[in-house]
Amino acid sequence: MRSSGIIFDIKKFAVHDGPGIRTTVFLKGCPLRCAWCHNPEGIAAGPGIMVFAGRCIKGCRDCLAACPRGALKKVRGIILLDRGLCDRCGACVEACPAEALRSAGRTVPVCEIMEEVGRDIPFYRESGGGVTFSGGEPLSQPAFLRELLLACRARGIHAAVDTSGHAPFSLFAELLPMVDLFLYDLKIIDDERHRRFTGVSNRLILENLEKLSRAGAPLAVRVPLIPGVNDADVDLEAMAAFCAALPGRHPLHLLPYHRGYAAKRRRLGLDAVLPAIAPPSSELLERAGKIFAGNVSTVIIGG
Amino acid sequence: MTERIRRLRARSLRAVPALSSERGRLLTRYCKSGAADGLSVPRQRSGAFAYLLKRKRIAILPDELIVGERGPAAKATPSYPEITCHSLRDLDVLDRREKTRFRVSAPTRRAFATEIIPYWRGRTMREKLFALMEPEWLAAYEAGVFTEFMEQRAPGHTVCGEKIYEKGLRDQQAEVRAALRALDFLDDPLALAKREELLAMEEAAQAVIDFARRHAEKARQLAQREKNPGRRRELRRIAAVCDHVPAHAPRDFHEALQHYWFIHLGVISEANPWDAFNPGRLDQHLLPFYRRGLADGSLDREKARELLQAFWVKFNNHPSPPKVGVTAEESGTYTDFALINSGGVAPDGRDGVNEVSYLILEVIEEMRLLQPSSMVQISEKNPDAFLRRALKIVRTGFGQPSLFNSEALVAEMLRQGKSLADARRGGASGCVETGAFGREAYILTGYFNLVKVLEVTLNDGRDPLSGKRIGLRTGDPAGFREFSGLLAAFEKQLRHFIDIKVRGSNVIDRLYARDLPVPFLSLLIDDCIARGRDYHDGGARYNTSYIQGVGLGSVTDALSAVSHHVFSRKTLPMTKLLKALRGDFRGSERTRQLLLNKTPRWGNDDERADAIGREVFEMVFRAVDGRPNMRGGSYRVNLLPTTVHIYFGRKTGATPDGRRAGEPLSEGISPVQGSDRKGPTAVLRSAAKIDHLRTGGTLLNQKFAPALLAGDEGIARLGQLVRAYFGMNGHHVQFNVVDAATLRAARKNPEKYRDLIVRVAGYSDYFVDVGPELQEEIIKRTEHQEFI
Repeated sequence: MRSSGIIFDIKKFAVHDGPGIRTTVFLKGCPLRCAWCHNPEGIAAGPGIMVFAGRCIKGCRDCLAACPRGALKKVRGIILLDRGLCDRCGACVEACPAEALRSAGRTVPVCEIMEEVGRDIPFYRESGGGVTFSGGEPLSQPAFLRELLLACRARGIHAAVDTSGHAPFSLFAELLPMVDLFLYDLKIIDDERHRRFTGVSNRLILENLEKLSRAGAPLAVRVPLIPGVNDADVDLEAMAAFCAALPGRHPLHLLPYHRGYAAKRRRLGLDAVLPAIAPPSSELLERAGKIFAGNVSTVIIGG
Repeated sequence: MTERIRRLRARSLRAVPALSSERGRLLTRYCKSGAADGLSVPRQRSGAFAYLLKRKRIAILPDELIVGERGPAAKATPSYPEITCHSLRDLDVLDRREKTRFRVSAPTRRAFATEIIPYWRGRTMREKLFALMEPEWLAAYEAGVFTEFMEQRAPGHTVCGEKIYEKGLRDQQAEVRAALRALDFLDDPLALAKREELLAMEEAAQAVIDFARRHAEKARQLAQREKNPGRRRELRRIAAVCDHVPAHAPRDFHEALQHYWFIHLGVISEANPWDAFNPGRLDQHLLPFYRRGLADGSLDREKARELLQAFWVKFNNHPSPPKVGVTAEESGTYTDFALINSGGVAPDGRDGVNEVSYLILEVIEEMRLLQPSSMVQISEKNPDAFLRRALKIVRTGFGQPSLFNSEALVAEMLRQGKSLADARRGGASGCVETGAFGREAYILTGYFNLVKVLEVTLNDGRDPLSGKRIGLRTGDPAGFREFSGLLAAFEKQLRHFIDIKVRGSNVIDRLYARDLPVPFLSLLIDDCIARGRDYHDGGARYNTSYIQGVGLGSVTDALSAVSHHVFSRKTLPMTKLLKALRGDFRGSERTRQLLLNKTPRWGNDDERADAIGREVFEMVFRAVDGRPNMRGGSYRVNLLPTTVHIYFGRKTGATPDGRRAGEPLSEGISPVQGSDRKGPTAVLRSAAKIDHLRTGGTLLNQKFAPALLAGDEGIARLGQLVRAYFGMNGHHVQFNVVDAATLRAARKNPEKYRDLIVRVAGYSDYFVDVGPELQEEIIKRTEHQEFI
């Protein structure tokens, strides 16, 4: 049994990832490559390094000295990381006094996560909250996730899993008794466009959703609303029809796209995939809400 | 809001604070007249009080329902030359300074120059006080180790109990006479002193009764000249009310408010006590009058609301008396801290929320005035609906009401030895101070700069800013082998300065008891009459002295930085750290960034830092709690700053948490501005790690962007945060709900944002009035935007 896994963040007072006041634990690794991904630092399975160039201080070369592979250099005061040479050991992150270099991913034992998560129990109790495991795709570290869920069960902490749905159903079936709520992403119904924007087919995703719904799993469907990608009436209507055909009635969360991802990609040395898009207008949100209404139990904007 | 209230409110907002020479001149004339010669000090004071109230101008302003002004007009603010006599230079400062300005007219200046200053120079409490302080006290005061609350203002910090809503001043006079009859001139060596004090109380009560009569007469005169029949009726009604109260117990809602207001004016005319005066548990006190009025048809909800709103305007017309020097720095605000309590538990322990509680919340929401301050007590027994209603007002970005934990308030008072009945009738006043309303003199002695004590420790007893040795020689810090060595040295210095402060306060206690009795205030607070002793002389049932620790977050982070980098990780030698501090981090930006970013910090639920915070709290507690004061009570600890964290910051050099010299310290028990990176639950968890129940109040400030609190969900989450914090025995929390863009816009165009009120620290203030550093700080304070 593995007793540790790789996470890239723990966020407290998360109020949009399930009921009540929650702590969200972000597990690394994702089989999808969504063009709009809001957490690009969570895609790669291993640790990563993020560069906050603006925070770097003049005259400091601590990271250069710390790097065992000579992957860092400073050109005209600007720190450059050669990601080909870098083996993501994290020595530079440790050495940087200014938080200009930060890790995206560290190996953490289950007990440490549970200690951190357990601190906010007074708030979960007061609000009906708990923990949400997100990512990345949390099911991409199945043994780790299972242990975390078991630990939550043991401590009586409500546990939600925020998933892309792209995992073998056997895994879902195994986790089902340990999960209080699935937050299940639904992105695009048209498989070809799904492949284009996320890198994978949606067949497994849609099948799993149907099976989970049939199994009576407590779940909420989450639709990230990306202008130009899935905001046409035809896309929204297809998703609404899919929800209507599910064996169970579930709440639907509309998650408006935001611009935070571009800066994140820069810090990871990645280029932007999508052209600059404006976040969805309130009219669009309203229109989308109307299309889903009647096909799901409730529509919640913002999760 | 009625048209009348709209007009009253607008006039109050428009009124410009000005210095009035009326009180100063009248007091001077009384003292020069010879009328006081040969009288005991208490009777000189009551004589002066009566002289003043008999002659001061009576102001009944247009549209008013509740009447009475301390000065000749709204915001005409008197001086108290017997306590602080402003010099001509002070007057220039007051007239010209940018913030909390008071206009000084040419005739006022003349009155000070020719009458007031020549008589009072050399006779003031302020001069006597400084002359009595030992050199060590003066050196520590100069260095910014502590401030002194009584150097410009009388002790005060008093809140009214239920007594005045049940009894008139005539009843009080009868009690005074009974106490006089019971004096024991056979065996009691204090009998004569008691006689003088009691006679002074009786005279002071009469002075306020007569003062009210003058208002009745004035109202009748105005009624005769009044053309509008509606207003004429109102003025006649005002006259009838002022004929009855405060001589007799109030009979209805209107009389209850007017009664309180005369009492309030009496207290703030007699002296300039801190935190003015305070009607206390207003919803509890007004409930019987409200219900009776509704039952007999003499009152309806709208009428009650209008009367309350008219009452609110009276508070706003009374800025705190002009402050100068360190006092202006530590309390840079017009607000005079009358903190109205709603909610909590009733004296029998049941849920105290009633229909007047909700009405008061509506008044707070509609009035949006700087004064009075408002708070809600939240008990486990109070319904969530009440908490939610209060939070909806908080969400509007007005900074009020602040939120207090009733169970904690009661537990704090029980620990201090108060009876359960008295504790349940109490609450919080001023910023966050716990008190047994109507029965306690809980006097704040001054702010205490915890961070400066660490700075002195790191310099072996010297203040690096002046180079003077003001503390003990606790050793060169480079010689400490372990972190515990530094902590032990810090505790020694802390005790040393607390001792100095306590010695000074004990002298000041006696000075006020001897030279500045307050017979009118004494009449109002149990058991001054029964004991025949003044409020300043231990007459109250409970007598507490507070020392207010400041900079818990900053000192915790500074100690944590030393512990972490110098001793645990050994990545930063002490000598290098000290050198960087001496140079204010010039040329040591790397070191500064390391200290800023890689130090476990208070407010992140990180036990490495929080354990240090707890230890500092315990040190302060051990040094202060339970020491006897000179009024038969004890010293206690509370943790609040008003605006002193900015002044103390200016007086404190660079610190090991990466803070540059002169930058503000953390306020209350809040984290250092911007250092809480794990969100509100982590802040609340850290804050709850000190034992609030052994304090007399702690202050925690949280700032939220409004978006976080949108909708019923947002209110629910905020309420859950509050309930969870209170479940961990947190004393108080307040929320600033504004976005940084609004604040920046307000800083740029102050004229357009004159009504923008923000929570500062235990009170709210106009953002445009708070000064550039505090403006910057409020903008910088962690916004938790990322949680939206």
